[in-house]
Amino acid sequence: MFNVPDEHGRFGKFGGKYVPETLMNALVELEEAYKHYSQDQDFQDEIRYLLKQYSGRPTSLYYAERLSEHLGGAKIYLKREDLNHTGAHKINNTIGQGVLAKRMGKKKVIAETGAGQHGVASATVAALLGLECKVFMGEEDMKRQQLNVFRMNLLGAEVIPATSGTRTLKDAGNETLRYWVSNVHDTYYILGSVVGPHPYPMMVRDFQRIIGEEARKQIIEAEGKLPDTVIACVGGGSNAIGIFYPFVNDFSVKLIGVEASGKGVDTDEHAATMTKGTHGVFQGSMSYLLQDEFGQVQPAHSISAGLDYPGVGPEHSYLKDSKRAEYFPITDEEALEALKLLSKTEGIIPALESAHAIAQTIKVAPTMNKDQVIVVSLSGRGDKDVESIMQYLGGKNHESH
Amino acid sequence: MNLIDQKFLELKEQNKTALIPFLTMGDPDVETSVEIIKELQAAGADIIELGVPYSDPLADGPVIQRASLRALQHNINIHSCLEIASKARQEEVSLPFILFTYYNPVLQFGLESFFEKLRENEISGVIIPDLPIEEDEQVRQLSERYGIHLVPLVAPTSNDRITKISKKAAGFVYCVSSLGVTGVRSSFYDGIDDFISLVKQSTDLPVAVGFGISTNEQFNTFSKICDGVVVGSAIVRKIEEQLPLLQSQDTKAKGLLQIREFVAQLKE
Repeated sequence: MFNVPDEHGRFGKFGGKYVPETLMNALVELEEAYKHYSQDQDFQDEIRYLLKQYSGRPTSLYYAERLSEHLGGAKIYLKREDLNHTGAHKINNTIGQGVLAKRMGKKKVIAETGAGQHGVASATVAALLGLECKVFMGEEDMKRQQLNVFRMNLLGAEVIPATSGTRTLKDAGNETLRYWVSNVHDTYYILGSVVGPHPYPMMVRDFQRIIGEEARKQIIEAEGKLPDTVIACVGGGSNAIGIFYPFVNDFSVKLIGVEASGKGVDTDEHAATMTKGTHGVFQGSMSYLLQDEFGQVQPAHSISAGLDYPGVGPEHSYLKDSKRAEYFPITDEEALEALKLLSKTEGIIPALESAHAIAQTIKVAPTMNKDQVIVVSLSGRGDKDVESIMQYLGGKNHESH
Repeated sequence: MNLIDQKFLELKEQNKTALIPFLTMGDPDVETSVEIIKELQAAGADIIELGVPYSDPLADGPVIQRASLRALQHNINIHSCLEIASKARQEEVSLPFILFTYYNPVLQFGLESFFEKLRENEISGVIIPDLPIEEDEQVRQLSERYGIHLVPLVAPTSNDRITKISKKAAGFVYCVSSLGVTGVRSSFYDGIDDFISLVKQSTDLPVAVGFGISTNEQFNTFSKICDGVVVGSAIVRKIEEQLPLLQSQDTKAKGLLQIREFVAQLKE
């Protein structure tokens, strides 16, 4: 039932390849190269080696005992993707695509980034593999994530501000695609999430499924059974697909995606694509989308730059409509509270993105009993967010005086 | 007969190349767009490409992005674009119209009602830059049923896709002059001549070229190898330059004249 996508890159009605003709040949080439190398032992070995020796996989599945006790319900395990090199799950994908780019003979790579995590992960892999790297980042996000901009520069990448539209992740994505159209002959596009035209949603999922494969094995070792629930945050949805995918055919396991509802789903400032969006075509694929009645894409809002995106991956749309996964909104406020709670109970400062998954866990865990188990994807660490959290909380305290 | 076919036949008899100007509709407003279309006809345009503004125009460079943004800020939507086409007809613009729109606005409009409206508003063709042949089955069937040409783009990177695309084409085949988004440029794809002749070999339909063409000299060069030349960003930028004049009733005529003169000299 969940053997998707088909050869046209379709997840049910979602997915496909809606891009300018100039890119079509590059996508066909990419698809062929990926098909070839995904069967190539040498290619797989190189990726496995780098994931282990360079990024530090497998990441641990950590039993968050104090958080579980505090919430007084299900046992909560955290899949510690934050312990990866560069501090998030993004590197799983950039190692895969970086090695692929190199095998395809490309010397230049480009990437889009929101919070900067994918940009840093791309710049890192480019440095590692000796590739020239340009990262497109919304001008607004560059302000929010100055540290990551500096980090990318240190790694030798050029960060190019996206000044069109809302100047956030969606526009960084547009600018990267536009640049790719002009430089498609010698440039490889490392797309950072399970979005965009086929084969990206499938390929990025394949590079991220290691999260779920490890977690599935680890939870069986720890608990002798499958978890009852798996929770992950969803912007484009790569960490969520990564952890969901190996559980998709385990029908007893509930899959919960958490999206950012910013200031609330009833305001104009949210990124709740699944809750408030409708079917549409955006950045190369058919999926759920925040749009107006005329099909114009609406700006999204979230405190977390990584979730601040009006689209979502086509496979998530497929999982939603087939009811295999459920998606819930979490506000900026709830995410911040969750971030504080996890920091205090476990000594782990999560990324603002991952804090959304924790916030949903805070709601769900107390409704479950002590024999039940939740696995949460802790997709990234919060170091990159500390400054903006400080400003946010500082500003709030100030206002309340 | 579809107006586009008729126009290319006429031009062929006269051994002439079609000048196909593009404008972003609703920049700066509905009324002015209608007046600009009238000027384009007066300037000697042969077919007019009507751009529907879109929030995320992937195939477009900064000039058309800015024009789209301005139009959207004035709440222009696909309905107002159809209104512009219909008003221009009422004001005696007889040239064939081609709608240029990204796919999502069409999808949200409803595919069938979209083609009904195109027919109702005498629009003869449609270009959807983010709808490659792999995804266009349903749209193409509807376009055929409604007698509206779905004009495809081919790119220098299309290679063996050229034949597949040409086979399904209607109206004409639109060659993208270079790798890149729309926008004025001084150099084109190196193998442009070979590319265009490859496209010509693949089809009996007229072949037009566009993306980045902005001068009389370029128009003349491409006229020798093509049946039509699209000029987009250069005109949109001209309109942008005239905005201060266009926005006041006292100076509007002067602004419109500048646009007309610019377009007229392209094919002199």
